Amino acid sequence: MSLTAFLTDTTLCIGCKACEVACKEWNEVPDDGMIWSGLSYDNTKSLGSSTWRHVMFLEQPLAAGPQAVDTKDPFRWLFLSDVCKHCANAGCLEACPTGSIVRTEFGSVFVQPDVCNGCGYCVVSCPFGVVDKRPDDGRAFKCTFCYDRQRAGLVPACAKACPTESIRFGKLDELRERARNRVGELRHRGFKDANIYDPTESSVGGVHAFFVILGQPEAYNFPPAPEVPTIHLKSAWTSALVSAIILFAAVCAAFAFSAVR
Amino acid sequence: MAENHPVAFQWVMEAREKGAQVIHVDPRFTRTSAVANIWTPVRAGSDILLLGALVNYVLTTESDFREYIVHYTNAPVILREDFKDTEDLDGIFSGWDPEKKAYDPQTWIYEGVHSNIGDVPGSDKGPDGGHATHGVNAATDLNDYHVDPTLQHSRCVYQVLRRHYVRYTPEMVEKYCGVSKDAFLHLAKAYCEASGPDKTGAICYAVGWTQHSSGVQIIRTAAILQLLLGNIGRPGGGVMALRGHASIQGSTDIPTLFDILPGYLNMPKLGPASASLDKYIEVNKPETGWWNNFDKYIVSLLKAYYGDAATPQNEFGFHWLPRITGDHSHQGYLLEMMDGKMEGLFVMGQNPAVAGPNSGIERRALGKLKWLVVREMVESETAAFWYDSPEVHRGELLPEEIGTEVFLMPAAGHAEKEGTFTNTERLLQWREKAVDPPDDVRSENWFIYHLSRRLKEKAARDARSRNSGLRALTMDYPLEGKHQEPNAEAILQEINGWTVADRKLVSGFPALKADGSTACGCWIYSGVFPNPGENRANQRAPKDSYAHGWGFAWPSDRRIIYNRASARPDGKPWSERKKLVWWDDADKKWTGLDVPDFTATKAPDYKPPKGAKGDAALAGDKPFILHADGMGWIWVPVGLADGPLPAHYEPFESPVRNPMYPRTQSNPVALKKEREGTEYAASPDERFPFVLTTYRITEHHTAGGMSRTLSHLAELQPELFCEISVELAAKLGIQPGEWVTVATPRGEIEAHALVTPRIQALSIGGKIVHQVGLPFHWGYSGLVKGDIANDLVAISEEPNVRIMEAKGLLCNVKRGRRSPDDKIKDMRDSRMENRA
Repeated sequence: MSLTAFLTDTTLCIGCKACEVACKEWNEVPDDGMIWSGLSYDNTKSLGSSTWRHVMFLEQPLAAGPQAVDTKDPFRWLFLSDVCKHCANAGCLEACPTGSIVRTEFGSVFVQPDVCNGCGYCVVSCPFGVVDKRPDDGRAFKCTFCYDRQRAGLVPACAKACPTESIRFGKLDELRERARNRVGELRHRGFKDANIYDPTESSVGGVHAFFVILGQPEAYNFPPAPEVPTIHLKSAWTSALVSAIILFAAVCAAFAFSAVR
Repeated sequence: MAENHPVAFQWVMEAREKGAQVIHVDPRFTRTSAVANIWTPVRAGSDILLLGALVNYVLTTESDFREYIVHYTNAPVILREDFKDTEDLDGIFSGWDPEKKAYDPQTWIYEGVHSNIGDVPGSDKGPDGGHATHGVNAATDLNDYHVDPTLQHSRCVYQVLRRHYVRYTPEMVEKYCGVSKDAFLHLAKAYCEASGPDKTGAICYAVGWTQHSSGVQIIRTAAILQLLLGNIGRPGGGVMALRGHASIQGSTDIPTLFDILPGYLNMPKLGPASASLDKYIEVNKPETGWWNNFDKYIVSLLKAYYGDAATPQNEFGFHWLPRITGDHSHQGYLLEMMDGKMEGLFVMGQNPAVAGPNSGIERRALGKLKWLVVREMVESETAAFWYDSPEVHRGELLPEEIGTEVFLMPAAGHAEKEGTFTNTERLLQWREKAVDPPDDVRSENWFIYHLSRRLKEKAARDARSRNSGLRALTMDYPLEGKHQEPNAEAILQEINGWTVADRKLVSGFPALKADGSTACGCWIYSGVFPNPGENRANQRAPKDSYAHGWGFAWPSDRRIIYNRASARPDGKPWSERKKLVWWDDADKKWTGLDVPDFTATKAPDYKPPKGAKGDAALAGDKPFILHADGMGWIWVPVGLADGPLPAHYEPFESPVRNPMYPRTQSNPVALKKEREGTEYAASPDERFPFVLTTYRITEHHTAGGMSRTLSHLAELQPELFCEISVELAAKLGIQPGEWVTVATPRGEIEAHALVTPRIQALSIGGKIVHQVGLPFHWGYSGLVKGDIANDLVAISEEPNVRIMEAKGLLCNVKRGRRSPDDKIKDMRDSRMENRA
């Protein structure tokens, strides 16, 4: 099986939320509460246990490339459909003590609900804040990358439903190249702040869901340098070992000292 | 378009990616604006001023597509000397009868044309408007006009148009539409550049244009602009009406409207004009143009309705058709219902308790019925009005006093039944049934069929003559399955039509006859089922870029209507890039990438002989074959109630006086239908200083019956909000998210304040005008509830199609919630006690 990926492009997104709905329909995800947020048109607010695709609505006092709007101040409204990044080095997977979280043949990260015991280690280990425990259930849930659909040779539900091909699904390498070309083209068209969000350089070791965005990643709640918590493991164990040695030495010294007295 | 038609909008996005300029004009910055190349705000209700200024821009910069308009439109046609324009009469056209508040259109007809308007005794002298204006008061020889191809004659349409719009300037647009002059000129230049042999531009609109007291004329102005730029009948051109929901096009073609029969045939009116079938045909059948076939279509329709019972002796059952006796539009019957003049109402796929104008009146009026049948997938507000409406909670309606017997019948969803949808592009697409409807749930076909069957059985036992039409009605579809479901393909075959003698399906409407030998349920759909087993709506193999082979586009699978205009007058394509159909000189016929919307063998240089009738009376360079003169109508000589050219009138409620015609504030022919409970604000009105516009958002479907009941949609927009500008919020001290009360003279509702730079305060006529946006999806049933925005709308009528004005109103906004229902009830109770 070849590695697959999502390329999500904010400059093609029309904010229709078909991806959110298609995801919930296919995966039988419950609603996330009927609470009006007042945050632009966003009422599901973030990725969570019951929202595996989430469309952000950003109202910014900036120009959208060459767009001409008849307003006093510059203005743009950006939409971006966020999703689990399916990291190459996945914090959630490494933290999972039960083996519930596994890597699939497509390179994606999959939570097996029948194995999950709800310990929540994965929740704090995700550098993107994606995995979440469902309060009434206790187990952790997140995007499955439509593993079942991929197994059947189908495109994930969100990409299938997207009317403008803002969400593309395909082979990892091909989509990476497409993203690079797209950003080049956008910059040529006047979108000077077009960027790729694809943290390959960090300890997550690359992701299976990358994004074409306008502006900086922070505006989209994307960490500019996400890190897998386990990279701190070596230093943590080292310092623990050093502490233990010092402690042992101190105890021994104390006994030795008292014996001498 | 991205807001309400995200699926269709994918093609706009694709065009944008290929370099098309997307221009969006909307009072609010919407999801469409977000991805457009150009966005400009506009004051709700100032559309004709803006579009008229675009027309003026085209004319002053001579950006018009000259060869196109000289040959294909009535721009060179010379008008009568006694015609007076709104420029001459301060906002009204000649022919105005102030007593009747109607026009006599005699002076609008072309010079030299004899008109029979008013010759039919008892027919209205004035133009009717309505959904089928093609043949109304057909001037018998509209084709006999004079032209000046140089467009210099002072009374030719082109020059009249120029004078009519000369004061519609960028300065006026800046001052009264709120579009800066620079933005306007940028937009005008960009749009005009999409014109010419090599380029086209399309205009898409939805009810944002329709729901105005001058809605038809707004769309007319767009049509004028498109004709001037040569953007009709060509690939990438057109005026696209984005319909409100699935198959609204279909429900106009095979209508749920009161004033037309299938295929845009006029519904007969009570009176001499419909005294006999001959008289009705005489009034509706023009001598020239395609509608000269009118008699074939009405007789074939009557044969489809009444079968063998329709004979030449009984005028094919013409007398069994009901007659129009008044205003039976939604607004019209609503007020009659309010007055207790209606006994019963069927509500199917509609939710007037939420969606109707001044919905509070709708809900009260429902309580005056004897019976109400609601067919729905859920218990809608309309079905629950008698125990759960705000009026009940406020004690204004008492369930025990409501005499209406409500029948709620469970309706199948679109995946639970088969049939066709007709989309915005006139494309019929067959839809399979995926699952059987559960329990007692049934399709519309089943319901109508079995209701008709039972009524017919009743009529068979009741010999009164009033039942003869019902007895004659054919209802002989094959029934299938344990529920005796009528076969949907058999219904489509009846719509397609057949020869009566052998029930052989006809290949298309050219085969229809006026002698009763053919039957056809809707002539424009004819050809959709030409042979047994050949359901063309169910074709699924597109074979070219126009998707021939996928579905069936009426008429005759023509994907772009009036496509003769895609070729030069001599029959050659305007350009290689924009070629569509052309004249094949070798084969002596029209051919091309689409099915020609033209008589295939009529040569480009064909000149009709004197006295020719029907289509043969139209020359080879006249593409608009449905018009009696074959031309695109920049000028409308017959058919519109409110003038031959669009003029800017203010909405019934406006923050300004009409800057164009100070003595004619609003459309003089539109109806206010004002009465207790549906009053209007003054223009301007210091009690209601803000402009209010209503709309839909992506997450919900119209009155919410199909979206507020589904958790995955309801959670996306769970509560009613009102969008206000940062400036207005500051002025009123409103914090983002807090409750506000929005009021009009019709009522008040509460909503969350969504404070956003996506709405801008506009400078109009030297003062700041704030606009307030209100989506109308919420009601008192479903998973998410909220106040009903349409409670604020007045019951007005546009004069041609009788739609209400919901897109440009006046309102007030206050901080805080409205009085709760129980408090209103207590207050009323104590008032009553005091009075007692």
